[in-house]
Amino acid sequence: MKVVYERPKTLEKVVNHYCPGCHHGILHALIAEVLDEMNLADKAVAVAPVGCAVLAYNYLDIDWIEAPHGRAVAIATGIKLAHPDLLVFTYQGDGDAASIGLAETMYGAIRGMNVTTFMYNNAIYGMTGGQMAPTTLIGMKTTTSPYGRDPKREGYPVKMAETIALQGGTAFSARSSLYNPRAITDTKKYIRHAFELQMAKAGYTFLEVVGTCPTNWGMTPVEASEFAKNELAKFYQLGVLKDVEGSEQK
Amino acid sequence: MTKNVVIAGFGGQGVMLMGQILALAATEKNLNATWLPSYGPEQRGGTANCTTVISDEEIGSPVVDTPQIAVIMNNPSMEKFEKMVEPKGTVLLNSTLITIEPKRSDVTYLRVPANELAEQSGSQKAANMVMLGVMGWLWKDTFTIEELESAMVHKVGDKRPQLVEINKKAIELGYEFAKNIV
Amino acid sequence: MSDRILMKGNEAVGEAAVRSGCRLYFGYPITPASEIAEYMAYRLPQVNGTFIQAESELAASNMLYGAAAAGKYAMTASSSPGISLMQEAISYMAGAEVPALIVDAMRGGPGLGDIQAAQSDYFQLTKGGGHGDYHVIVFSPYTIQEVINIMPLAFQTAFRYRNPVVVAVDGLIGQMMEAVEFNYFTDPEEIPLPDWSLSGKFRHGNKKNVNTSLELDPDKLEAINWRLQGKYHEIEEKESRYDYVGVDNPETLVVAYGTVARLTISAVKKVLGEGKSIGLFRPVTLWPFPKAALAQKAKSAKRIVVLEMSAGQLIEDVKLYVYDPTKQYEFHGHPGGTTFTPSEIEQILRG
Repeated sequence: MKVVYERPKTLEKVVNHYCPGCHHGILHALIAEVLDEMNLADKAVAVAPVGCAVLAYNYLDIDWIEAPHGRAVAIATGIKLAHPDLLVFTYQGDGDAASIGLAETMYGAIRGMNVTTFMYNNAIYGMTGGQMAPTTLIGMKTTTSPYGRDPKREGYPVKMAETIALQGGTAFSARSSLYNPRAITDTKKYIRHAFELQMAKAGYTFLEVVGTCPTNWGMTPVEASEFAKNELAKFYQLGVLKDVEGSEQK
Repeated sequence: MTKNVVIAGFGGQGVMLMGQILALAATEKNLNATWLPSYGPEQRGGTANCTTVISDEEIGSPVVDTPQIAVIMNNPSMEKFEKMVEPKGTVLLNSTLITIEPKRSDVTYLRVPANELAEQSGSQKAANMVMLGVMGWLWKDTFTIEELESAMVHKVGDKRPQLVEINKKAIELGYEFAKNIV
Repeated sequence: MSDRILMKGNEAVGEAAVRSGCRLYFGYPITPASEIAEYMAYRLPQVNGTFIQAESELAASNMLYGAAAAGKYAMTASSSPGISLMQEAISYMAGAEVPALIVDAMRGGPGLGDIQAAQSDYFQLTKGGGHGDYHVIVFSPYTIQEVINIMPLAFQTAFRYRNPVVVAVDGLIGQMMEAVEFNYFTDPEEIPLPDWSLSGKFRHGNKKNVNTSLELDPDKLEAINWRLQGKYHEIEEKESRYDYVGVDNPETLVVAYGTVARLTISAVKKVLGEGKSIGLFRPVTLWPFPKAALAQKAKSAKRIVVLEMSAGQLIEDVKLYVYDPTKQYEFHGHPGGTTFTPSEIEQILRG
């Protein structure tokens, strides 16, 4: 029998802690697939954030470090400079990368560090129980914006992929999603491209992944996927914002 | 043997450099030496001072509050440092710029027209080197004038080779001046 | 000509780090520590090292966290307000057992304070500073030569115990110059990469390494804490260092560290020469505190004099470890960046 798909070797055989309908698991699996395909698992070090993915180190069979909240790119910088031959990436949430760690993330791009950041954008703080994120949409209710996000009161949602794309040291910045097979295929393509650019020392690579949080959104998994597609991805437009290799722009 | 000197003047008169060259000359003689600057905002525009200690033993405090010698390059420093010198110590003052009358009877004053002598060496700016020459005479049992000059060359030669000859001449003028008045 | 060179304290910190095998420096400008960064920015490229000016002390200390977790000798340097910002990373590194080296050029506080030499961060350095039950190892050199002698030891101690190490100096040591000698140069290639390093599985037997300070199971976290305490106990047993100058059983025992100890030593020697029964006890490690040695030296002392450039911090440890109500304890302090003068100290010692 021909094997058409199997569990990525680098994905640990453990039950993950993510909620039903959460897309973190899909993103983990895609990264594992790319690491396998590129034969990079034994040369990879990943940085876990504070946030829902704080235990990400349990799921991929590579070296990991758990960073203080927001400091992932700084930690990645130290590791990469210690061992420039490694593939180093950070796996962060929107609060981690775009709020408390905004300076560190921006400086990954400004400095042109050869590391990759995956920022899972679900417009909410998941682990702490549904507080407003820097990416929370206008009008969206959270436990700390109970009347709906009002820009007069809570400011505006931040567009990280666009911001990162503007910086000189950025080799690649894109936004993708995971709400249907087409989106998943694109995400995997971008992961691979980011890793290739990093290994070619092209500069900082950043992929914002629009994902779900059914638990804190108060939705079913299906509703959450629909919300990601119809609301989040409408404001956070998918596609490549910058690519030094000039591959296709969506 | 432990010797110390406090050197004070305007920022820009080269008082820091003077103290460093004395410390370097001692270091090159295999002695112990410390050089301690005043630092911080007071360096900007106002007076600057430094302390050099040299010794053939381990140096304890690099901070000296009753120096054996004070090299004083301007009036504000005269007001601050004249009173600190230890009894029977020496106040070496730049008589070209200092108009304040000395107040003490328990110290020796050496009036050195440092700027005028410096002009003879080719640059008014070498007044610090004239004073360094006087220090060379006062500390002549520690290092020779040649050794002092060589420390000066090691300190400024790379960055400003054009000053080496002027500085040497200024050091020699100061040394000769001291020989005649001490 | 001798092997001696006249070197500034801040530059000696940098050169000593390079000669210890450190090739990674992460820093953010702050007076009076900036010259260490400037020296490393100039020096590291000459030896294939990397200097990074970080975007903040938060970033600098976390870059250090990453590089040290990757198994390399790496460092940062800062001064009191910057060290406060680094307490996050320091607590995490203590929890995750990461051997980082941090140089603290202490200045006057609290808050922005001033930029002059101070010792007001003794509590911060020795009693935690960040959150959690942990200790960092703190060396307190008192001359530039001792800075040079301690730097390689500081790196080695950090790696031996997998623990952050602080070398505490101040603006006075940093700004002054002194005749010094270097008698070592370690090739970083000869420093073995630890098996716990985050360096890619291929470098350590294809089994993944995970570095974390997180343990959500309270029973397991308690066990981790007791293990850490065991390590701290071992460090106290083996790494407490001190220096002593004076008579064997002094009537007056002076306790001071770092710059203050140096300012004191001349005065102590002077009154010793006059026949006074006196001694200067100088902790070289502030944590672990050399408590057994201090207790021994203090045994027959009637008068214990503690001198600090703070409002009274070291004195608390002195009283804790030499608790004896029959003794007379005397504290003299200079908080805020002013220093003792030698004649002031002499007067204090004469009583």
